[in-house]
Amino acid sequence: MVNKLIKEDTKMFLTGNEVLAYAANAAEAEFMYGYPITPQNEIMHTWCKLLPKTEAGFLQTEDEISAGFSTLGGILAGKRAFTATAGPGNVIMQDAMSMAEMMRIPFVCAVMQRGGPSTATVIYAQQETRLTCYGGNGEGFRIVYSTAGHQDLFDYMIKAFNTAWKYRFPTFVLADGYQGKMREPVTLYDPASRGIKMVPVEASLLAPGKIGTDRPSNHLRNTFNMEEELMEVLDEYAVDFAKLEDEISEYEEYKADDAEILIITHGIVARSARTAIDELREKGVKAGMFRPITLRPLAVKPLRAAVSRAKQILFTESANGQLAQMILEAVYGLTTPYSTLYKMGVGVTGDDIVEKVEAMLKQPVTV
Amino acid sequence: MTTKILELPPNLPKSQNEEAGASKFCPGCGHGMVLKTLAFAIDELELKEKSVFGCDIGCSLLSWNYMDIDTVQTHHGRTTAVIYGVTRANPEAIGIAYMGDGGGLAIGAQHLVNAAVRGEKMLIVLVNNTNYGMTGGQMSPTTLPGQRTETTPYGRDCSVTGKPAKGAEMIAAIADSDKSYVARASVSNLRKLRSTFKKALKNVNEGGFSFVEVLSICPLNWRTNNVDTWARLQTMEEFFEVKEFVSREGL
Amino acid sequence: MRTKIALAGEGGQGVQSIAKILVEAGYEADKQVLYIPNFGVEQRGGVSIAFCQISDKTIGEPRYSKADIVIMLSDRAIQRCETYVDENTTIVYDSSICTEAPKCKAKKIIAVEANKIANEQLSARVFNIIILGVLLAATNVLELKDIKNAMEMALGKKFDAKPELRELNYKALEMGMNLITEKAGV
Repeated sequence: MVNKLIKEDTKMFLTGNEVLAYAANAAEAEFMYGYPITPQNEIMHTWCKLLPKTEAGFLQTEDEISAGFSTLGGILAGKRAFTATAGPGNVIMQDAMSMAEMMRIPFVCAVMQRGGPSTATVIYAQQETRLTCYGGNGEGFRIVYSTAGHQDLFDYMIKAFNTAWKYRFPTFVLADGYQGKMREPVTLYDPASRGIKMVPVEASLLAPGKIGTDRPSNHLRNTFNMEEELMEVLDEYAVDFAKLEDEISEYEEYKADDAEILIITHGIVARSARTAIDELREKGVKAGMFRPITLRPLAVKPLRAAVSRAKQILFTESANGQLAQMILEAVYGLTTPYSTLYKMGVGVTGDDIVEKVEAMLKQPVTV
Repeated sequence: MTTKILELPPNLPKSQNEEAGASKFCPGCGHGMVLKTLAFAIDELELKEKSVFGCDIGCSLLSWNYMDIDTVQTHHGRTTAVIYGVTRANPEAIGIAYMGDGGGLAIGAQHLVNAAVRGEKMLIVLVNNTNYGMTGGQMSPTTLPGQRTETTPYGRDCSVTGKPAKGAEMIAAIADSDKSYVARASVSNLRKLRSTFKKALKNVNEGGFSFVEVLSICPLNWRTNNVDTWARLQTMEEFFEVKEFVSREGL
Repeated sequence: MRTKIALAGEGGQGVQSIAKILVEAGYEADKQVLYIPNFGVEQRGGVSIAFCQISDKTIGEPRYSKADIVIMLSDRAIQRCETYVDENTTIVYDSSICTEAPKCKAKKIIAVEANKIANEQLSARVFNIIILGVLLAATNVLELKDIKNAMEMALGKKFDAKPELRELNYKALEMGMNLITEKAGV
């Protein structure tokens, strides 16, 4: 057991990376495995600084491959363990994330996106959206929360542990370098004070009981001999995953009810969309926003309803349409025309969106 | 006179899974011998209930249910990382990472090196049969000079590929001598292999890091008969010195 | 009201340090604040920009297109930050460092000689604190007591160990404030 540091509601002025470390502690996380890569380093810095008080564990591994796999080891040993990464680190950690998918290991990882492809920038992007949702050689049986600021980071990091341990799919908190590095006020709390009960953890390796008398030895594997043997397992996973949409999918709408122009975006760009919508509404423009919070699984029904109501859609991302690709698949058959505002690896500002929406008003899109 | 056939049960270690049997590996393979010997050593030290066995991909993968202890089969080269992940989270556990020469010295070399440097509480068993068996017999880091494999069909040319990697020597050079046990053994002497495993496991049980490289055989990919297999193993033992590299009193 | 402030200079000029003091002061004064430090790949030696926002209401966008006030402390900072300037922006630049004045169209361009003053009258170490004083005087966002409070939080221990440092820093802050005779209207 670890010592929880936040016992009552505490307002603090922190960077997002610091918030994530506090959130993991609030969620009673017991162990972090990590490897340095900007812009997520301060998660481990904070975690390590707090260790004498929390009495949790930490291991700095030799790379993200090992950070991912040793996290799996820690979880199999029955600890609420987690890791964090970004950019090229996220790429090479996919191998471990795939193993978590295949073996239904409650892996939790915070992804602080940076510019890509390759080393690109250490600053910010939303270019790991597809990778985080669908990376690895699998089917994307993953749960992904896309956060839009520090309160989200705290809330969803706690939630990620519970979702992972309850449903046993790898679970991600998808944020970015802005959220990691920026400072803004946040209220930290003890999850119990919000009625949140942490899902108990259990060991898969060295579980209680004597082998042979109390239980058989546990042989965990992810290799199958026959094609059909694999499909049988994956079909079951697909059924389990499909149920999640009703149970855990989340989204946020902002002035979307009567929106004629619906902005679809996620993560921190949603904050810029809010700024833009406020400005546009003052000018009498009926703009609104649909922001999926869970990118996997998407809240498809409310998404389709919002898209159906609107006259035009605007996709905006700090990437080249990675979210839009997923959304377009989910709204197949609907005919609302759309336009795009993509800034690859660059922040989208409120002004950018206002300008784009005004252009769409002048000349409505047709496809 | 009637013939009476005595049915004697095989002498299996308790830590071996009776149901899995030895037939998982190719005829003449060394893995069965190594695993059975390891299981006897675990029995002798009464570590069955504390041990976690991790196996790599490659032929070592087939050991996924060989032992009657908790086991996890991981990815190519990643067993070391998974197992120290386990022992860091559960310091009571005796972690055993089981891999081949490819998993240990090529695709997972960074984990091997860093686990040794950090003195992770685990035993790494590296079974060296000088080739990638499961993928069809390609050159591995330990393929002998001149040895024919699928990717060195005219024999390993060390001027192109470098010389065979000596894992035990490398680990001996970087491991903390106060808490490590490093040895190379061979399937030619199972009694000695068993005592080597016992020392290695004892060291881990006392919180140390152990590395045991086992010279093994692969008649199928070597395309050797019994006599030639044995001769090849002799050649390997001349090239890769069989001895304890790092040990201490009391093990 | 929301005030958008960009501070830009060379790595090592202490831009991020004063940005931290600024936003900390805003936070302690119960304002909504948002601060993004922006470095290149190299955390030393590149142009370092601090994007700060201080507001009475919840802040939406983390980054903005145009700032209300941009502080430019080197030639490269001028080049890099012209993009955040429009006709509503006030620019403050250090004319004792920059070889040329910014040429972009702004509401107002103010030259200060903080670097020269720091070197000749105080200490090179408090150059950034002079700039903080300039920023405080140029804007109507925060009060002197807020900044002093935040400086004590950031530097109090150092000040206690060396009381002359406190005096030096406060002097720098005051001299910076005196460099601005007119409010920039932000």
